[in-house]
Amino acid sequence: MATITPNQSFENDSAEQQEYRSLWGDVWRQFRRHKGAVFGMSVLLAIVIIVLIGPFIYTVDPGFLDITATNQGPSLTHPLGTDNLGRDMLAQVMAGGRISLAVGVTAMLISLTLGVSIGIGAGYFHFLDGPLMRLTDLFFALPVLPLLLVITMLFRDVLREAFGPERGIFILIVSVIGATSWMQTARVVRGEVLSVKEQEFVTAATSIGTRPFRIILRHIFPNVLSPVMVAAALGIAAAIITESALSFLGLGFPSDFPTWGRLLFDGKDFIALTPTRVIWPGLAISLTVLSVNFIGDGLRDALDPRLRGK
Amino acid sequence: MARFIIRRVLLAIPTLLFISFIIFAILDLAPNDPTGSLPLTVPPEVREQIRESLGFNDPFGIRYIKWLRQFFIFEPLNALETATGITIGDSANRTRILSWQTRSPVVEIIIERLPQTLWVLGTSFILGILIAVPVGVLSAYKQYSLFDQIGTFVSMVGFSIPTFFLGLLMIIVFSVELGWFPSFYDTTHKVTDWPSFVVQVRQMIMPISVLALFNASSLSRFTRSAVLDNLNLDYVRTARSKGVRENAVLLIHVLRNSLIPVVTLIAIQIPGIFAGAVITEQIFRVNGLGQLLITSIQGADIPTVQTLTFIFAFLIVVFNLVADIVYGILDPRIRYD
Repeated sequence: MATITPNQSFENDSAEQQEYRSLWGDVWRQFRRHKGAVFGMSVLLAIVIIVLIGPFIYTVDPGFLDITATNQGPSLTHPLGTDNLGRDMLAQVMAGGRISLAVGVTAMLISLTLGVSIGIGAGYFHFLDGPLMRLTDLFFALPVLPLLLVITMLFRDVLREAFGPERGIFILIVSVIGATSWMQTARVVRGEVLSVKEQEFVTAATSIGTRPFRIILRHIFPNVLSPVMVAAALGIAAAIITESALSFLGLGFPSDFPTWGRLLFDGKDFIALTPTRVIWPGLAISLTVLSVNFIGDGLRDALDPRLRGK
Repeated sequence: MARFIIRRVLLAIPTLLFISFIIFAILDLAPNDPTGSLPLTVPPEVREQIRESLGFNDPFGIRYIKWLRQFFIFEPLNALETATGITIGDSANRTRILSWQTRSPVVEIIIERLPQTLWVLGTSFILGILIAVPVGVLSAYKQYSLFDQIGTFVSMVGFSIPTFFLGLLMIIVFSVELGWFPSFYDTTHKVTDWPSFVVQVRQMIMPISVLALFNASSLSRFTRSAVLDNLNLDYVRTARSKGVRENAVLLIHVLRNSLIPVVTLIAIQIPGIFAGAVITEQIFRVNGLGQLLITSIQGADIPTVQTLTFIFAFLIVVFNLVADIVYGILDPRIRYD
C-alpha cells in the first residue's frame, strides 16, 4: 500500500524542515550561549520598552514646571523626584532616553553607511583604494572631541534657525558624530572585500557579465556583513557616549529637550541636594552602553565561523 | 630602518598641513567677531582698529599663511629663546598668536596650564598601565577562571561607564556622603610639608582613579587577547617541551611577544587621553588644558581654540608615528622598506 495521504506527506515535510539549519539559526544559537550577550539583549530590550511605551502609561509632561514642588526626593507622585524647576524626573529620563537612543541609532546608521561605502569602494575598485585610504588616515588623525565641540558651538545657531530648535540640533549632532566615526568600519570592510573579491564565485559572476554594482550588492556585501553588524552594535554605544559627553559639556542638546547627558549636566550642580538627578540618567547611559557592548561581544563570537559550533 | 623612519616622517608633514587647514577653515567659516565681547561703549572706529590690528580683515589665504608662520616658525623660535636665553633674530617684532579673551600669547597660557593636566594625566596613565598589563596577562593565562571572569566583567563595566558619570558618582559617594575627598581639585595648593602633601594626595585620588580605571579597562582587554593569541603558538609548546619553567615561558617568551601590540596601543592611546581629560577636568574643576579649551569655546576665543585643537591633532600624528616606528623596532617582520 504505497498510497500516501496528504496528511502524511505534510508530516514528512515538517520533519525535514526541523532538520534544516540555516546560517542565521546557527548564529542565533551561538549568540544565546553567550551569557553576557543574553543579559545585554534583555536589559537593552527592557530599556527600549520603558522609553518607548513608558510615556503612554506614565503620562506626566516632562516639561511641566511645578514651582511648589522643586528639588524633591523620590515620592509616590514623583517616583524619581523633581528637579530645581519642579519638573518630574521620571518623565524627563524617559523623554531623554528617546532622544539619546534615536541619536545613537541614527548616528550609527550614518557612520555605517559612510564606512561601508568607502570600505567597499576602496576594496573593490583598485583606482579608488589609494585616495580613499589616505582620506581615512587623515580622518583618523583628526582630534574628534575638540572638533565636535567646536563644530557644535559654531553651527548650532545656524541650524537651529533653519530646522527649529530640536530638529536642528539633532541633525547637527547626528551628522557630526556620523562623519567622524566611520573610519574603523571602512578599514575592516576594505580588508574583507579584498579577500572576498578574489574568490571563485566573484570571478564566475564577472565572467557571465554581471555589472560591478550588482556584484557588490549580491555577492560582496552579504559576505562582509559580519564585521558590519559588530561595528553597528559598537557604533551605537560610541555614539550615545559621544552625544552624552557633548551634552555634559553643555554643548549638545538644550535643556528643554534634554537627553541623558544633558540631564547629567543640569543635575551636576545639585548633587549635594538631589543626587538621584545624576544617578538615574547616568545609570541609564551606563546600562545601555554596557548592554550594547555585551551584544557586540556576543555577535562577534556568534558570527565567527571558527568559534561557532564549539 | 632609517629609510622606513624617514618615509614615515615625510608622510606626516602633508597630513599635518591638511589637518591644520581643516581646523583653520572650520573656525574661520563661522561668523565671529573678536570685538564681540567688548563693552558697548567702545566706539565703532576703535573696534575697526582692533580688528585691523588682529589681522582680521585680511583675506582667508593670507590669514592662514600668517597663522602657519606664527605657529611653526615664530612660536618655536620664541620657545627656544626663553629656554636658552639667546636672542635669535628680530624677536621683538615677531607677531604671536594672541588670545582674544586675555590679549596675551596663547602659547604662554598653554604653558601655564600644562603642568596641571600633565600631573593628573601622567599619573593616571601610568597607574592604568600598571594595573592593566598584569590583570590582562593573568586573565589570559587562567582563561575562564574566576579571576578571568571577574577581570573581564570589571573591564567591560569600566569601559562602558562614561567617565563623566563615574566621576559624579564618586563625588556623591566620597565627597558628599562620606566626606573623604574634596570634590574639586585645587591647583593653587603647594606641597611644602607632610600635611600639605597629604592634602595633595587626597585631592588627586578621585580624578586619577576615574581616568586610570578607564585607561586600564580597554588596555587589559587588549592585553588579554594579545596574550591569548600567543599562548597557543608553536614556540610556546617548544619552550615547554624542552623543559623551560612555566614562569619563564609566560614572563619571558609569551609576555615579550604579546607586549608588541600592547606597546603600540599605549602610544596610540596617549592623544585620546588628552581628549578624555577635557571631561575629567570639567568634573573635578582642574584648570588644565581641557578646561582652557571649554572656556575658550564658550568665550568664542578662536585663536586659542585653533591652537589647542591643532596641538591635539599634532599629538595624534606624532604618537601614531611613534607607534609605527616602535612597532618596526620591536617586530622585525614589520620593517617593509
